[in-house]
Amino acid sequence: MTTFSTDYLSQLESESIHILREVAGQFERPALLFSGGKDSLVLVHLALKAFRPGKLPFPLVHIDTGHNFPEALSFRDKRVEEIGETLIVRNVEDTIIKQNLTEPKGKFASRNALQTFTLLETIQEFEFDACIGGARRDEEKARAKERIFSVRDEFGQWDPKLQRPELWNIYNGRINKGENVRVFPISNWTELDVWNYIKRESIALPEIYFAHQRSLIEYQNQLIAVSPFIQIDDDDVILSKKVRYRTVGDMTCTAAVASDAETIDDIIRDILGSRTSERGETRIDDKVSEAAMEDRKKNGYF
Amino acid sequence: MDLLKFMTAGSVDDGKSTLIGRLLFDSKNILIDQLDALERVGKNKNGTLDLALLTDGLRAEREQGITIDVAYKYFSTPKRKFIIADAPGHIQYTRNMITGASNTDLIIILIDARNGVVEQTKRHTIIASLLQIPNVIVAVNKIDLVPDAGSVYESIKRDYVKLTKQFSLKNVNFIPISALNGDNIVENTRSFNWYRGPALLEILENVTIENNINLVNARFPVQYVIRPQTEEWLDYRGYAGKVTSGIFAVGEEIIVQPSGISTIIKSIEQDGKPVKQAFATQSAVIQLEDDIDISRGDLIVKKDDALKVTNEIEVIINWMDRKVLVQGNRYLLQINSNITPVVISDLQYLIDVNTLEKHNSPSEVKLNEIVKASIKTARPVAIDSFVNNKSTGAGILIDQTSNVTVGAVIIQ
Ligand SMILES: Nc1nc2c(ncn2[C@@H]2O[C@H](COP(=O)(O)OP(=O)(O)O)[C@@H](O)[C@H]2O)c(=O)[nH]1
Repeated sequence: MTTFSTDYLSQLESESIHILREVAGQFERPALLFSGGKDSLVLVHLALKAFRPGKLPFPLVHIDTGHNFPEALSFRDKRVEEIGETLIVRNVEDTIIKQNLTEPKGKFASRNALQTFTLLETIQEFEFDACIGGARRDEEKARAKERIFSVRDEFGQWDPKLQRPELWNIYNGRINKGENVRVFPISNWTELDVWNYIKRESIALPEIYFAHQRSLIEYQNQLIAVSPFIQIDDDDVILSKKVRYRTVGDMTCTAAVASDAETIDDIIRDILGSRTSERGETRIDDKVSEAAMEDRKKNGYF
Repeated sequence: MDLLKFMTAGSVDDGKSTLIGRLLFDSKNILIDQLDALERVGKNKNGTLDLALLTDGLRAEREQGITIDVAYKYFSTPKRKFIIADAPGHIQYTRNMITGASNTDLIIILIDARNGVVEQTKRHTIIASLLQIPNVIVAVNKIDLVPDAGSVYESIKRDYVKLTKQFSLKNVNFIPISALNGDNIVENTRSFNWYRGPALLEILENVTIENNINLVNARFPVQYVIRPQTEEWLDYRGYAGKVTSGIFAVGEEIIVQPSGISTIIKSIEQDGKPVKQAFATQSAVIQLEDDIDISRGDLIVKKDDALKVTNEIEVIINWMDRKVLVQGNRYLLQINSNITPVVISDLQYLIDVNTLEKHNSPSEVKLNEIVKASIKTARPVAIDSFVNNKSTGAGILIDQTSNVTVGAVIIQ
């Protein structure tokens, strides 16, 4: 007997493919933001499913803060090579010099905010009218409010009080000159869905997602990797621990979690037992204020 | 495991956000850091946690203590995965509520036990009926605040049943709850011995997700044409899209609408691999036997089951813009991937949400008003009626000058 139903992962997959094809159908110069992190790897995997045997109808774009995990960068390049698609890299470093930006100072000085400048510059340079990103609504409560097609003005600003209605599966990607759209095809996925999908589809990931030995310092209960990008003070104790990363952002603002999870199954078990959220556990940058993410988004952040 | 999408509706302060917070909290779906954040900012006057703050994610929402836009929350129990849309109750934000309602399998309409059926109850019920939401749960909340709760509950139930006589609502369930105290949310508490039914979560876990999806009438809106034009794939021409309803199989005779040209399905692919068939709501790529002119916006359907192709459409419009709708206005009508210029040729009547009366020939339609209208299209379009097929029976109106989505269109 044939049954005509699909499990929720296949439903999520089909929804995401539909969204990616809407982007290709509606925009002239879209781009897919690709960092080599798990969510963007899932996006690329979905994009390949959406457009093969054709080429992807958009380039992959990485806004490189210069503070990335080297493992993620080399994985990024390897993956691009494998699939034979175009990767555009733009460096925050260059924007800092060109636009005379001031680098934040401090122990974990993060270029997270500066990233927005480079992103907007890149959007302008290539005249991108849509940027596809891997943000999920379960990550954070400002994200939980955002549409799948999220219209931004010339400054990349999100106006949460004036979002367009988004009905059924009809996406309105029409924009005025200067505006662009951020598109989030995996909005409705949770962290666990992403891992279950990675498992089902055997999607390869950078090794830092799996438990490995690393030198770290402990700061306000968070484990930060020792790297040239953070400031180590005399009273910091350097530890060596077995850890893995739940998200991969900058080395300055992504914390590791102590873990023995060496396989995807181990990780899924870890997450099922975990009582903290992905961003809560591993992102230093969201702790600043109750509205940290909303404020950054209003200012053009992804 | 299956997936239920549901939403909460009702007037401001009826307890929607508290209810969702309670569901997440009592089903142990709130994580420690989110609780910490709540502890920091989310204390009520009486010192208990303000669970509404879990969903009110915007600064303005927290400042004003209201929900402005839909927040999506995710949780699961061993039985089911859930996506909740916490929708605003303010009339002003009804269009955001409709955004949530258009993609939901079930709507929980909250009623404050002290106030009974009010205007927003009616408005949300009309919307549930218009959008054909397959399941409705009427939750009489704040039951802790009324004396003689049992008879209050029964009388609200009677009022609501009377109201729904005028609508085509399916599967209506009633339940008394106290979102604040967690009564009857996750567990059947003994607080009201006059109620014998299941707790809310039990209903949510067990309602049949009456597949919203029509498996009879096959529809495939073309989103994108894949033409690799490489040596290996020289003649490849694949139509990428999603089967929005029905089932397609290789070898079947199809028609392309609106042009009416017919041919045969040569192959169906998913993830670059050939499959024998694709069904709703799978994404797929279809190749056809004949090289015909098809582009984004066209619809592939089965030969003996074509849609009506017409220049004149009878619709109900839920107006969602601050600028009023006036007869003769021009917009773009988007149905799936098809976009056609249209003119609103006749405004027949407004539906008064409060009295449910019809007001004939309105001179204008204001934000959040519901109107029966006729639309004339610049080109023939293929349509279903919404009742028969949601995906090809619904559309949006776009204002070409602002590019904003201004109306929800339900085809009669
Ligand atoms: N006594 C009582 N108060 C409630 C109940 N549910 C919600 N409230 C209160 O009603 C107010 C409005 O609730 P909220 O969830 O913000 O309503 P919303 O506007 O529908 O999201 C808050 O002060 C809640 O604490 C209930 O079952 N009993």
